[in-house]
Amino acid sequence: MKAALRRLPAALAVLGFWTALWILLARFVGQELLLPSPLAVLRTLASMAGTSAFWLAALRSILRVLAGLLAATVLGVLLAALTEKSALARLLLSPAMTLVKSTPVASFIILALLWLGRDVLPAFITALMVLPVVWSNVSAGLAGRDRQLLELAAVYRLPRLRVLRHITIPSVLPHFRAALRSSLGMGWKAGIAAEVLTVPPLSIGKNIFEAKLYLETTQLFAWTLTVIVLSLLIERVLLRLVGRIGQKGGGACADA
Amino acid sequence: MLTLENVSVSFGERSVLRGCTLSLAAGERLALMGPSGCGKTTLLRLALGLQRPDAGTVENTFLRPAAVFQEPRLLPWRSALENVALVLSGDAARETAQFWLERLELGETAALCPAALSGGMQQRVSLARALAFSPDLLVLDEPFKGMDEALRERVTALVSEALPKGALLIATHSEAEAEALGCRILRYDAGRFVGA
Repeated sequence: MKAALRRLPAALAVLGFWTALWILLARFVGQELLLPSPLAVLRTLASMAGTSAFWLAALRSILRVLAGLLAATVLGVLLAALTEKSALARLLLSPAMTLVKSTPVASFIILALLWLGRDVLPAFITALMVLPVVWSNVSAGLAGRDRQLLELAAVYRLPRLRVLRHITIPSVLPHFRAALRSSLGMGWKAGIAAEVLTVPPLSIGKNIFEAKLYLETTQLFAWTLTVIVLSLLIERVLLRLVGRIGQKGGGACADA
Repeated sequence: MLTLENVSVSFGERSVLRGCTLSLAAGERLALMGPSGCGKTTLLRLALGLQRPDAGTVENTFLRPAAVFQEPRLLPWRSALENVALVLSGDAARETAQFWLERLELGETAALCPAALSGGMQQRVSLARALAFSPDLLVLDEPFKGMDEALRERVTALVSEALPKGALLIATHSEAEAEALGCRILRYDAGRFVGA
């Protein structure tokens, strides 16, 4: 908390710098259609935030992305456990994950649109973007477990659950946290991009698409600002949650 | 009963054990002595089932084996007490762990993390964990490293006393240690360990 307070003046100064630059650019361009001023965007955002449609759209988008994140996390952990046990599974799955990582998200969105409903698709795309990151990080955590500790568990014939709780989970948690840290933002952005292309009812993406369609640039900026703020908030809340779980699972010396 | 029959182990070109035979009955105590790299640790790993021999057979019918390795092998994310309690079950696990830490003169460090302990202290936590387990076979691989002479004597006496019926297999460089533990000594000779 103290560290955050110490960083606050510098953060405000940086924010002030970029806002000032935005104001100057908006004045220089002089057309709200091309570049609205920060004040106009904030005014639009305030009026949007006064409607229930805004909150419903935000809530539905958040839920879609969270569903995708949850699915990717569960599936990523399960697949990592499978590929740790089976060399054949690893051999089969590795190229598939590489393929997913290197394919442009837009290609997946358009392809998936052929198979899935527009309400499910953003969650699917989020999951698809997050899954390889969770899988590869958790796999690295499993592979990096201390062999000497596993031997110790074998000698004392520790039950599997105890090995999982005391050796496996604490070994994997730092990798899992790193996976979430690096994929949360990516998953959120991919989910919103999927919404823009599939325009499901009650979604941020649909509003962004319509703002673009009707050349409502100020609204487009306001929705984009919403996406950025929500992204930061979700990332902070989820990482704090995982951090808490990490402290509990990591044990008394988790930070040692 | 632990029986190793004609076991051989090689690491690449280097042959470590060649047709080695050894048996250890309940209550028996054996010390393996020999120069570094002669295969003492390999033999202990065979006994614990952590390694397979290239030839020969290993049979271990002990039900509660415990080991202290050359490294303490403590969970870095658990306190000393939790490390000892790790191998124990039931409601009294923490009390038992505390009891054995106190016996190894580590009572006040129970809540400390391994990183806050010296190498010798970590090794004693590892010993406390093995003794708290009430093993019927205790395997020790140079377990008293990092302890001063007086402490080593006290801990040796404690191990001897704490294992009234259990079998003991120890790899050591110290004949005095082996004698203090009441062990029959087997010395390395051309790929085997033979009795005096």
